[in-house]
Amino acid sequence: MIPEFGQLALALALCLALVQSTMPLMGAALGRADWMALARPAAAGQFVFVAVAFAALEYALLTDDFSVSFVANHSNSALPVFYKATAAWGGHEGSMLLWIAVLAVWTLAVAAGSRSQPQEFASRVLGVLGIVSAGMIAFAFFTSNPFDRLVPTPLDGNDLNPLLQDPGMIIHPPTLYVGYVGTAVPFAFAVAALLAGRLDKDWARWARQWTAVAWIFLTCGITLGSWWAYYELGWGGWWFWDPVENSSFMPWLMTTALLHSLAVTERRGIFKNWTVLLAIAAFSLSLLGTFLTRSGVMISVHAFASDPTRGLFILGLLALFTGGALLLYALQAGKLEAEGGFKTMSRETFLLANNVLLVIATGFVLFGTLYPLFVDALGLGKYSVGPPYFNLVFLLPVLPLVALIGVGMHTAWRMMPGSVLVQRLRWLAVAALALGVAIPIVIFGAVSVLTLLAVTIALWVCASALLDPVRRLLYRTGAPLTRGQVGMCLAHFGVGVFMLGATVASAYNFERDLAARPGDRFEAGGYEFVFRGVRQVEGPNFVADEGEFEFFDDGASLGILRPQIRVYRVQQSPMTEAAIDTNVLRDVFLALGESLGADAWSVRVQVKPLIGFLWLGSSLMALGGLVAVTDRRYRVAARERQREPAREQTATGAV
Amino acid sequence: MLRYVVPLAIFAVIGLFFLRGLWLNPSYVPSPLVGKPVPTFSLPDVEDTSATVSSADLLGRVALVNVWGTWCVECRHEHGFLVELARAGVPIFGLNVRDDRVAAGKWLARLGDPYVSSGFDPEGKVAIDWGVTGAPETFLIGSDGTILHKHISPLTPFVWQRDFVPLLREHCGPSDCAFLAAVGAR
Amino acid sequence: MTRLASLLALCLLFASPVLAFDTEAEFDDPVLNERYRSLIREIRCPKCLNESIAESHAPVAADLRREVRRLIGEGASDDEVKTFLSSRYGEFVLYRPPVSPATWALWGGPFVFLGVGGFVFWRILKTRRDQPIDEDFPA
Repeated sequence: MIPEFGQLALALALCLALVQSTMPLMGAALGRADWMALARPAAAGQFVFVAVAFAALEYALLTDDFSVSFVANHSNSALPVFYKATAAWGGHEGSMLLWIAVLAVWTLAVAAGSRSQPQEFASRVLGVLGIVSAGMIAFAFFTSNPFDRLVPTPLDGNDLNPLLQDPGMIIHPPTLYVGYVGTAVPFAFAVAALLAGRLDKDWARWARQWTAVAWIFLTCGITLGSWWAYYELGWGGWWFWDPVENSSFMPWLMTTALLHSLAVTERRGIFKNWTVLLAIAAFSLSLLGTFLTRSGVMISVHAFASDPTRGLFILGLLALFTGGALLLYALQAGKLEAEGGFKTMSRETFLLANNVLLVIATGFVLFGTLYPLFVDALGLGKYSVGPPYFNLVFLLPVLPLVALIGVGMHTAWRMMPGSVLVQRLRWLAVAALALGVAIPIVIFGAVSVLTLLAVTIALWVCASALLDPVRRLLYRTGAPLTRGQVGMCLAHFGVGVFMLGATVASAYNFERDLAARPGDRFEAGGYEFVFRGVRQVEGPNFVADEGEFEFFDDGASLGILRPQIRVYRVQQSPMTEAAIDTNVLRDVFLALGESLGADAWSVRVQVKPLIGFLWLGSSLMALGGLVAVTDRRYRVAARERQREPAREQTATGAV
Repeated sequence: MLRYVVPLAIFAVIGLFFLRGLWLNPSYVPSPLVGKPVPTFSLPDVEDTSATVSSADLLGRVALVNVWGTWCVECRHEHGFLVELARAGVPIFGLNVRDDRVAAGKWLARLGDPYVSSGFDPEGKVAIDWGVTGAPETFLIGSDGTILHKHISPLTPFVWQRDFVPLLREHCGPSDCAFLAAVGAR
Repeated sequence: MTRLASLLALCLLFASPVLAFDTEAEFDDPVLNERYRSLIREIRCPKCLNESIAESHAPVAADLRREVRRLIGEGASDDEVKTFLSSRYGEFVLYRPPVSPATWALWGGPFVFLGVGGFVFWRILKTRRDQPIDEDFPA
């Protein structure tokens, strides 16, 4: 019964989404306030019904209702309760429902925040969000319904994919989705601006806030995914340039560019076309991710069950949303252009370079990801484009970009005397160069020019980001830094930390495979290991072989590592659980391979210097974003707007 | 202004590729060995340790080479059809990969032996020369030793009719392939 | 049908009971070791859903690693190893596709993008340099 209620709720949500998409937009075009006023209630109603639908799915999962096809495919009675609940996004249909639910939450938030916005503008934004919702709900309802029944009903389910039975894997999709789906908000803002044919300072400020929140979640989501892959998959890698990974990374790159472009638009009222295009691009790339994961067009470990029908539907949605927005852009962009000059040496120039380089980087990733499809479609054969290509090509725009971050942060708007810049930064640059070359050589010995360059640039950005805060702290000069500025410094510092981690962990990774018998001692990466043997342990729904290794540094014991190989009872698939010892400077990573007979086991040991900096750097970036988004000027502006919303409404209604 | 249409144009082109891509199969990788001569090999027979199976055996008439192993669940699905083909006179050679000799012998005894002979390739070295990625895989070899076709996944009557029979008609000599009368046209 | 196919694919992915790390002796020469490790990262496992033979647990990946090791030990160059594998499995197994007419666009594309990007940057800068710099948010 409950799943049927869920279906009904979904259908009602679709109806409300259709109302939310049509009436407010027509109302804005025709100036009918009563139609525009339907936007917020429709959004609220849609949220309620989507929530009911999601609750219905959870109910089916938690009560082991295997007559529902999705539950039978992705759950099992022996599955721990926590994973039963999170199995909701363990498969295609459920994850689409999650997508829709997250969009409903975003829409509700935007609706609530829109009280202080001019009605015409708010209706357009909510209207566009309504179109997106309607499209996605229709997609789920007609092609990927999570409430489909399965007859005859199996006695038990297929169990959740063991890879997903892990806390890290469980937070990663929802967090990522909040970010992914969040790109729909700046998209809606952009389309609303195109429809109106204008875009003002308030637009920029609101757009910047919403974009920042989406960006923070995207950053966290991608970081979680990468971190999870690292500790869960057993081979010690953290990024593979897999098509699905790329399709989460590209929206992030574009949202980062958007954030920075909005800074210029908010301040100077220029780069409007850039901003609108970047907003459209970010959301389109996010939809592209949905397309690539579910259509079967690309091979990926992340791909859900693929189906050309679903692929066609999503392609249709892409054509509607992206094609529609870009068509609007072609027609209206001329109206948005504005004059506003700046000198060659100025903050605007650096932010322009930022835009261009990030777009180029995104273009490279997109091109490499889609290339196998391009050549196959043209009948030129089957090719693979993988990490060797991306690692090489991606650095081309990114190394200069990161280096420029260090300079751009200290530039003034409109014009910046080059000599002042040089004078402020030269010693820092020299120090970064010296350390960047010396430290790797001293600590690690033989190095490549590329590594030295990357380390130097990373140190440079870190130092440059800290320059202002440290100077103010030490000399107590100048006005106190605003949260926006602190956030910026923190985030850029995080970029440097991340880059340091990525460079050092890649360049100086130590790896060794060997066979070990109980009692064997072996040396790896500067540490000594003693293998004490393997025993069987039992988990709630798996049985595991657990190895015990003690490791030493110069005779001093640093602890015991217990890697496992789990076999989950239902799916009978072996899963590696690597044992990792973490500290700030390195990870010691130990994975158990297979039993070689006669008590011997194959083992992989890795020592990965500074890999923690990857997660630390990303977290600092997200933290920086959080600090910046709580900047006083947003909160003050919000309070002011709350006091006088009515006046604004009538004023802009006349425009 | 014309430049405002550029993003839309780029999107349209990419979209067309996606549309085309929906009907392509990215996992299907054609073998580069098709059209080339059979890789030279010589393996001991799986059952008769004194005999050998070699690439020379594949010359002179059209034949099939089938990759199999007792560990391969899918191989059981095609085994019945292979036996049927063998009874009709199709020469089928086996390539037994990563397997245990005794188990392989028992398997053939229990399920039937469609093979003229099966090469024993426990480490998969010869399989690599054939570009084998797993089992079951079936190759069609012409009488001059050229690889005419490679099929991955179980060989079913449908696949046989669709892919193998047309090639057989094309490449069989006038007195070759008497079996086509029995298993050719359906 | 497609659901069955994908379920099957998932089973095949996990069906291998072997989590094989190489346990044969590594090369004594660290240079050879380094070559081996970076080469196996560049070869795609022909049976997997986008993994290199370095990470994959599939039996064919273990076999291919063994072949790479053998070829390096016999003195083959990186290119010779790649040619050995691509002549048997297709260029599909090379994560760094060789430069050929089919891949000119792939390797040339980045330069084109950089060129276009540079041009766009320069044009915009030139336009903005000549505009009045005093106003914020002109109407």
